[in-house]
Amino acid sequence: MAGKTLTRGDPGVFPGILWKRPCRGDLGLDQLLQHALNAVILGGTYALLGIGLTLIFGIMRVVNFTHGELYSFGAYMMYMCVMPLGANFFVSLVLAMLLGILLGAAIEVVLLRRLRGADIDTTMLVMIGAWIAMQNFEQYAWTGVAKSIDTPFPSVPLILGPLSVSWNRLFVFAVALSLITATSLIISRTRLGKAMRATFQDREAAALMGIEIDSVHTATFALGSGLAAAAGALLGPVFVVTPGMGDLASLKAFAIVILGGLGNIQGATIGGFILALVEELGAGYVSSGYRDAMGFLLIILILMFRPTGLFATRERIG
Amino acid sequence: MSRLPTLLLLVALFSVPLWMGNLYVLHVLIITGIFTIAAMSLNLLLGYTGQLSLGHVAFFGIGAYVSALTSLGFEVHLLPDYSVALAPKPVWLGMLCGILIAGLCGWAIGRLSFRVRGAYFVIVTVSFAEVVHLVALNWVELTQGPMALNSIPPLTLSAPGLIEISFLRKPANYWLVLSVGVLAYILIRRLIHSRAGRAMVALRENEPLATSVGVDVTKYLVLATIVSAGIAGAAGALYAHYIRIVDPDVFLFIYTVTMVIMVVTGGKGTLEGPVVGGIVFGLLPESLRALHIKPEIQWIVYGVLMVLVVYFLPQGIVPALRDWRAGRTGGQTAADRGLADEAAP
Amino acid sequence: MSGPAPEILLRVAHLSIRFGGLLAVEDLSFEVAQGEILSLIGPNGAGKTSAFNAITGYLPPSAGDVHFRDKRLNGLSPHQIARLGVVRTFQKTSVFGGQTVRDNVLIGLHLRAQQRAAAILLGLAGVRREERQLREEAARLLDFIGLGARADTLAAALPYGDLRLLEVAVALAAGPRLLLLDEPVSGMNGAETDAFMRLLKRINADGMTVLLVEHDMKMVMGVSSRVICLNQGRIIADGPPAEIQRNGEVIRAYLGERYARAHG
Repeated sequence: MAGKTLTRGDPGVFPGILWKRPCRGDLGLDQLLQHALNAVILGGTYALLGIGLTLIFGIMRVVNFTHGELYSFGAYMMYMCVMPLGANFFVSLVLAMLLGILLGAAIEVVLLRRLRGADIDTTMLVMIGAWIAMQNFEQYAWTGVAKSIDTPFPSVPLILGPLSVSWNRLFVFAVALSLITATSLIISRTRLGKAMRATFQDREAAALMGIEIDSVHTATFALGSGLAAAAGALLGPVFVVTPGMGDLASLKAFAIVILGGLGNIQGATIGGFILALVEELGAGYVSSGYRDAMGFLLIILILMFRPTGLFATRERIG
Repeated sequence: MSRLPTLLLLVALFSVPLWMGNLYVLHVLIITGIFTIAAMSLNLLLGYTGQLSLGHVAFFGIGAYVSALTSLGFEVHLLPDYSVALAPKPVWLGMLCGILIAGLCGWAIGRLSFRVRGAYFVIVTVSFAEVVHLVALNWVELTQGPMALNSIPPLTLSAPGLIEISFLRKPANYWLVLSVGVLAYILIRRLIHSRAGRAMVALRENEPLATSVGVDVTKYLVLATIVSAGIAGAAGALYAHYIRIVDPDVFLFIYTVTMVIMVVTGGKGTLEGPVVGGIVFGLLPESLRALHIKPEIQWIVYGVLMVLVVYFLPQGIVPALRDWRAGRTGGQTAADRGLADEAAP
Repeated sequence: MSGPAPEILLRVAHLSIRFGGLLAVEDLSFEVAQGEILSLIGPNGAGKTSAFNAITGYLPPSAGDVHFRDKRLNGLSPHQIARLGVVRTFQKTSVFGGQTVRDNVLIGLHLRAQQRAAAILLGLAGVRREERQLREEAARLLDFIGLGARADTLAAALPYGDLRLLEVAVALAAGPRLLLLDEPVSGMNGAETDAFMRLLKRINADGMTVLLVEHDMKMVMGVSSRVICLNQGRIIADGPPAEIQRNGEVIRAYLGERYARAHG
């Protein structure tokens, strides 16, 4: 039968184990603050993932199963640039993100454009097919052995009173925030951003006003994929790189999109931090094994009781 | 499908263990059969009712675990000094429980789907499957976690004093799976050719119109998910008592994908579609393996195949064959696709 | 008039429908009596389809009540309202495109059958018997409508006129006491409209009460027993067709103030 070829036992995307030791039942203020700090830092990258997907899902109405693969693609590109090629860490980061943008554009043009009018199951199946192919390609090219990426940061963490945070993660947080801000500016200030917003609100009206829907779609998918790749390139050095790391990322991205409301960038940003906080507290005070379940439970709860997300005010069906 | 060819086909299928000496081939056929049953159940939900459920493996796995745990017995401590224990029960009872509990979960998902549809339902069902997966991984006291449930007893049917049949060997399991498969096919067929089946299709095709003539959306969505989940649970139970080891990997998303591929390439919304798809994607990996192709390449082939099928045979293999055949004879075309087509007199 | 007054089937009282800031229908009140063909006319945007949607449960009224034979319809879902005996058609052609004509009608016959899930799965003989009865009824209905020859055609392959007939067939299959038709002849040519008018009269003669929204004045004047004219969400005229035709308010609403003044 179809074998279990995907390595799943390795640490997931953001495993509690590598962040800190689980401290069940310890209610000290210090611990709480440390959790909160971890959550804030983690939330930045979650937000990146979520924003990318909310744009794609919101504007194009595509259930993008490849989002997690762009994430792992970004991580692998980072790995390839830094390790065998020995390029500069920061240059590699930019390169990984650019490659992510290009891959996203390619996927949209090659696979999705033909399916423009098709129903949602069709596009979903194509995305699943692409996801399978991409992940197994990664498995084939780099095997399932976890890869680690060297960083130029000091390994001694920064101590802020009772709290500690590693330089690497601070850097990740800073870059994530910059990217979030940049994306927000693109959406609100540029012509492309305006076209994207118009397409999101009313596709037909936008087309009638002369907006090139095709280009908007390609740009949206490219941008969203670039953000996912950036998240992967940022977190690759923090953890390890495995072919299966994208799966959890995908699902968490969907959780964030649902939390924040479809197409809502601020919502996705806040959603990212909320998810990170729920995970941190859940892992710290309940059980680290169920850390990843928090996101899914959140999805189910929100969709049952507030399907439009915590922030959206518009009615939406399906 | 008219009577005589079907009968001959069934006889041929049942006769296989009598002349197939290669036990490995039998094993492949059994696994293919189990997944085909699961695919048929998914088709009811995905193909006929138009609900994008991507968490189907959850029902499969729940059926497997419940059946295994009931037949093995278990004890869990819900509170430090309060425990729930179950003594081992006969396997047939375990299987029944597996089907019932899976069906119950189907009921819950069905009720939920009323509020969230389309792409959001996809996400909910995937999340549900992941949660169940994580529970199976982490609730070690109940499920043994990654260490798996071992030594699951095979099904035995006995009339005291008369006979005792133990479904331990491969031929017996083959017949068991085939029988359950035929039963599942018949049940689904009955449902589809009835008022309930028409209601489900109506919901898929034009929901506002369906409600305007009195079709209760929630009722039929729930019915579809219950039956679909129950049959998937049966497949899971068969799996548990054949392989006789169950671990949390049974909840892997990749198995849902396998079932989806089977349904979609075979032809969703047709009765034969998942069967054809099941056979193709059950035997394909074995053929590829025989050619010594690495599993990763195999999956890449699957992925590419899925994309190609969606582009070039969007309805799937079975409808494409029907259209081709109708084109050759110049007779009715799309009418063949109507529900009336396979109706018994 | 001799004999007892006909039963009032539908009672709409002070119905208002608000979308955001827009008032689609304001304080609408009217009744439909058994055996009538009542037509709702009015310029586009007058609120006719919104009223239909509110009556049949697709839209919640912002204010007012709808009663069908003393049963309050507010808050019920469309399928519950259909079960009570009120069935509507849709303005945009609405059929089950991927199914045959016969299967479309079979779906419409949903409420006329009883088969329960357990009986279906067990394959009981009663289920088969009921299926046969349903098929006979479907054939009868298709012949009545005039689509008998097309029973095996896919709905999506039907010409436009037949498509609209199929919609009516599906609605009739549900066995309503009150039929709501939303612009049933829009897009039809003269001959098709005449044929439809005859069909409608036959349906009415069999005892069906009809509430009609329509723009085609020939049709409205030809079949209606009573006409209500809406403008901007309010009733501006109510009476037999001949009266409405001459009503100044109606003319003003449709053709504008200048025309009314010009043609006095």
